[in-house]
Amino acid sequence: MLAALTLLLVYQLVGEVLVQLLGLPVPGPVVGMLLLFVSLILRGRAPQRLRATSNALLSHLSLLFVPAGVGVMLHFERLGAEWLPIVVALVASTVITIGVAALVMRALQR
Amino acid sequence: MSGKFSEIWVYLSASPLLGLTVTLLAYQAAYWIYARAKMNPLLNPVALSVAMLVALLWFTGTPYPTYFEGAQFVHFLLGPATVALAVPLYANLDTLKRNLLPLGGALLAGSVTAVLSAVAIGWALGASRETLLSLAPKSVTTPIAMGIAEKLGGLPSLTAVLVVTTGIVGAVLARGTLNLLRVEDPAVRGFAVGIAAHGIGTARAFQVSETMGAFAGLGMGLNGMATAFLFPVLVTLWGG
Repeated sequence: MLAALTLLLVYQLVGEVLVQLLGLPVPGPVVGMLLLFVSLILRGRAPQRLRATSNALLSHLSLLFVPAGVGVMLHFERLGAEWLPIVVALVASTVITIGVAALVMRALQR
Repeated sequence: MSGKFSEIWVYLSASPLLGLTVTLLAYQAAYWIYARAKMNPLLNPVALSVAMLVALLWFTGTPYPTYFEGAQFVHFLLGPATVALAVPLYANLDTLKRNLLPLGGALLAGSVTAVLSAVAIGWALGASRETLLSLAPKSVTTPIAMGIAEKLGGLPSLTAVLVVTTGIVGAVLARGTLNLLRVEDPAVRGFAVGIAAHGIGTARAFQVSETMGAFAGLGMGLNGMATAFLFPVLVTLWGG
């Protein structure tokens, strides 16, 4: 648990450092995820302890969004003023995206 | 007696303990309600706990930064959790290799559609630039979406709310949309839901079937990565 958590933090740290060094427009943790993904491919398997820790962390993933979500209270004014474009864009775009992704995948399967 | 209570309140509200504890309590209460309601996507535990906490802060007159001093310990874990997404992605490596063309094509089309359609519709209806930048990564799993928004001048906390709302919308509307298009293959259904509605859509897909869930998880992970790299390019093209 401790070793695997340290490993995740090390990858995140390396990701953040690379982003700063190279001025990448991508979030540091995403670079960390990519590096870990490549490491796992090179290694040929995911260690049991890493799998267990990742599962534990990801099974409570929704909890981690709560503090930022509460920040909605800072944006009530904006939401009040722009609720129509936000709601329409969100609902329509989500439905369109599901449709496009599904149809493209089905077309390419043949 | 009330003097004693207000003394305790003053002491507690200055320490991070309270913010952290109420976050964990609210989430568990919300999860309990969600589980009792047979995981109805409309009672999403994130939306529910956010509502409870906002009400609590509002009633006690607590400013958000004071709350966040405690809640930041939970928030911090988003970083390592994002890195950890590599593990389930790796577990699906064989599926990925076998279906490289259909998955890659759907990923690219879905990822670009999710960003462009949201920004285009929002823009046409008069949303501000900051709102559009916060709205653009809405289909990506929250930790990545917030990172993207922060990096490019959106509002990460607004993005978090929009991402969760997108997930709920996707989980509720996916079935009808896919049935209307007569898409039956659970792999295709799952992958599309994962791309459009990230973790919440994935959780919903797992309730339907194991295959649909696995492909949804794959779609979520890949779209997170794809959007993180595509989004800056789109913003530059747009005249960032």
